[in-house]
Amino acid sequence: MSNQVKKVPTQHIVGFVLSLVLTALAVWTALGSDLSTAWIITIIMLLAVIQAGIQLVMFMHIVEPESQNGHVPWNMIFHGFVTAAIVVVGSLFVMVYGF
Amino acid sequence: MSLDEFFVTGEPLIYAGMVAIVLVTSAIIFLLTYFKKWGWLWREWLTTVDHKKIGIMYILSALAMLFRGGADALMMRVQLAFPDLNFLNTQHYNEIFTTHGTVMIIFMAMPFLIGLMNIVVPLQIGARDFAFPYVNALSFWSFFFGALLFNISFVIGGSPDAGWTSYTPLAGAAMSPGPGQNFYLLGLQLSGIGTLATGINLMVTILKMRAPGMKLFQMPIFTWSTLVTSFIIIFAFPILTVALALMTIDRIFGSQFFTLTGEGLPMMWANLFWMWGHPEVYIVILPAFGIFSEVIATFAKKQLFGYKAMVWSMILIAALSFLVWVHHFFTMGAGAFVNSVFSVSTMLIAVPTGVKIFNWLGTLYKSKIQFTTPMLWALAFIPSFVIGGVTGVMLGMAAADYQFHNSYFLVAHFHYVLIAGTVFACFAGLEYWYPKMFNHKLNEKFGKLSFWLFVIGFHVTFFPQYFLGLDGMPRRIFDIGPEWFTLNFISTIGAFGMGLGFAVFVFNIYYSYRTSQRETTGDSWDGRTLEWATPTPVPHYNFATQPTIRGLDAFVEMKKHNESTFDESKLEPIHMPNNTGQPFIMMALLFMSSFALVFEWMTLAILFLVGVIVMMVVRSFDEDEGHHVEVEEIKTTERQLRGL
Ligand code: HEM
Ligand SMILES: [Cu+2]
Repeated sequence: MSNQVKKVPTQHIVGFVLSLVLTALAVWTALGSDLSTAWIITIIMLLAVIQAGIQLVMFMHIVEPESQNGHVPWNMIFHGFVTAAIVVVGSLFVMVYGF
Repeated sequence: MSLDEFFVTGEPLIYAGMVAIVLVTSAIIFLLTYFKKWGWLWREWLTTVDHKKIGIMYILSALAMLFRGGADALMMRVQLAFPDLNFLNTQHYNEIFTTHGTVMIIFMAMPFLIGLMNIVVPLQIGARDFAFPYVNALSFWSFFFGALLFNISFVIGGSPDAGWTSYTPLAGAAMSPGPGQNFYLLGLQLSGIGTLATGINLMVTILKMRAPGMKLFQMPIFTWSTLVTSFIIIFAFPILTVALALMTIDRIFGSQFFTLTGEGLPMMWANLFWMWGHPEVYIVILPAFGIFSEVIATFAKKQLFGYKAMVWSMILIAALSFLVWVHHFFTMGAGAFVNSVFSVSTMLIAVPTGVKIFNWLGTLYKSKIQFTTPMLWALAFIPSFVIGGVTGVMLGMAAADYQFHNSYFLVAHFHYVLIAGTVFACFAGLEYWYPKMFNHKLNEKFGKLSFWLFVIGFHVTFFPQYFLGLDGMPRRIFDIGPEWFTLNFISTIGAFGMGLGFAVFVFNIYYSYRTSQRETTGDSWDGRTLEWATPTPVPHYNFATQPTIRGLDAFVEMKKHNESTFDESKLEPIHMPNNTGQPFIMMALLFMSSFALVFEWMTLAILFLVGVIVMMVVRSFDEDEGHHVEVEEIKTTERQLRGL
C-alpha cells in the first residue's frame, strides 16, 4: 500500500476562498455599487474571466506537468468554447433576426 | 401556512394516492424492522460505492418511475377515451401530462440508461470501478432525491402544471403562483447535478481506465455510445442548469428574465430549454442505439457490420444535435430565414441515423438469428423507429410543421422514437444483462408474452394518433370532440395493452427469481465483449486480472485463445474504495434544503444548505485511501465462483 504523505489541500482551499471573494465582489458591483451600467458590465465580465482562470488553475489541473502526459486539455476547452458560441450567437440569431 | 394548503385536498384520486403511499411506506418499514434488515440496507446499499449496486438502484428507481409515469398515462388515456368524460378535471389533467412527461424523460429514461451504463461500461472496458466511485454514489443520490422531490408534489403542495417544457410566461410566478412549478425547477436542478457528474465520471472512466491494449476503436459499441452520450451531457446540461436557475430566481427572488413585465424575454426560455432539450433527446437515444447494436451482434452471432461507420455516425449525430433546436418552435415567429436554416440542419440529422439503420440490417443480413426476447425487442425497434424518424423529418420541414406543430401528429412522433427507441432498449438491455446482474435469466415465455403485449399495444396506441393529429386534434387537451372519438378509443385500448405488458414484465422478475436456473458460467449468451468474461455473480472487484486486448470483440478472441480474467500467476492485491455514507447524507440535506426553497422558507433552506457545505468540508479533508483485496481472498473467491 502506497502510504502517501497526508497533506492539506492548500491549493483547493485558496481557490475556493478566492472564488467566493470574486463572487461576492461581483454581487456587490451589480447590486451595491453606484457605477454606471457600462462599468458594471465591464467589471463583472472581467471578474468572470478571472474566476474561470482560477477554476482552471486551482481545480482543473490545467498546468500540472506531473499529471499524466501533462498536456493542456485543449480538445475539451475548444468544445467548451464552441458550445458557448452556439449558445450566444445562436440565441442572438434566433431571437433578434427579423424583429 | 395551514395544513390544507400544505397537503393537496379535495381530489379522490389523490386521497387514494396518499393512502397507497402511507400503506407502502409502513409495509416497507415493518418488513425492514421485522427481518432486522436496517443494517443490511445501510451497509450494502445506502453506503455502497460499487458501480454494479449503484446501477441496480438506478434501474429499480427507474422501474418505479416507469410505473408512476405509466399510471399517469393510463389516467390520461381514460379521460380521452370518450368525449365529455369527467374522470379528470382540467387542472388535474394539466398536472398529469406535466408530471408524465417530466417523469418519463428525466426520472425514467435517463436513469434507466445510466443504470445500465453503470453496470456494463466498467465491465466492458475491463475496469474495476468508475474513475470516481464516491462521485458516482453522489450522482445516484442526487438523482434519487431529485426524483423524490418532484414526486411528492402531487400530495404535498400540488404538482406543476405548465407542461414538461414549462414555457414562460405560463410557468412564471405571475401565472403559476404557488409551489407547483418550484417542485419542477428544484427537482430537475437537484437531479441535474447527478447527471452532469455522471457524464464527467463516465467520460473519465472510459478515457482513462480501459484494460491494457484496448484502443478507442476497439471499444464495445455500447461503451462508445456512452462516451458520446457523456460528451453531450457535459455540454448540454449546463444550459439547463442555467435556465432552471434563472427561472428559479425569477419566481422566488422576483427577477425578470422570462417575465412579460420588466423587459423580460419569455421566448428566451423556449430557446434555452430546447438548446438543452434537443441534445437531451439524443442523450436518451444514443445509448439505446448502443444496446441494440450489442444485442443484434450477439444474437446474429456476427461482428457488428460497419463498426467504424456506427461510431462516426454517432459522433456526427452528437455534433448535429446541438444545431437543430429551433425545430421545436418554428411557429414562434423567428422568420423564414432562421426556420430554413434549422429545417436543413434537422433533415441532415436523419442521414447518420439512416446509416445506423443500414448497419443493423447489414449485421442481420445472412446471419443465423437467435430469437431471444432481447433480440425481439431489437428487431421490433428497427421498423418502429423508422416510422418515428420519417415523421420526424416531416416535422422538420418548417412550412409543413405549421400544420403538424402541437397536434397529436407530434405526440405520435416523439412516442414512436422514445418508446420504440429508448423504452424498447431499456427492456432489451435489462433482459440481456439480467443474468450478469442477478445470476439468472428472465423466463423466456413470460418475456415474450410481455414483449408481444407491449409492442402490439404500443402500435395500437400511437399509430392512430398520427391520424388524430392530421384530423386536427391538438395536444394537451383534456376533452375530445366527438369527431375524434373512434381513434382515441382505439388508442386507449392499446395503452392498456402496454400496461398489461409491463405488468407481465414485472411479474416475470418475480417468477424468474423463483424458478429460473442459476447461471453456471459468466457467459450467458455466448457473448462477444468483456463483461461476459467475468464470473457471475461478478465479484466486487470485477476482474481478478485484467486481460490484454488485441482487437474488437475482446472476449471472442479470449475464448479462441483459452484465456480468462483469472490468471493465477498474475494476481496482485487489488486497491478498492471504501463504502461511505457521506453521499447519501449530503444529498439528503440538499433535498431538505430544496424542499424548503420550494415553499420559499428561506431560513430553513439556508440552514440545510449550511449542512451541505459542512458535508463538503468533511469530504475535502477526508483521508480515506480505500482498502486492498488480498491475493488469497481473490484466489478463494474466484476458485469458488468458477468451480475450479
Ligand atoms: C430523424 C430524426 C428526428 C427528427 C428529424 C426529429 C424532428 C423533430 C421535430 C421537427 C420536432 C418538433 C415538432 C413540433 O414541435 O412541431 C420534434 C419533436 C420531438 N422529438 Fe423528434 N426528431 C427526430 C428524432 C427524435 C428522437 C430520436 C427523439 C428521442 C428519442 C425525439 C424526440 C422528440 C420529442 C420528445 C419531441 C417533442 C417535444 C415536445 O414538444 O414536447 N425525436 N422532433
Ligand atoms: Cu428536436
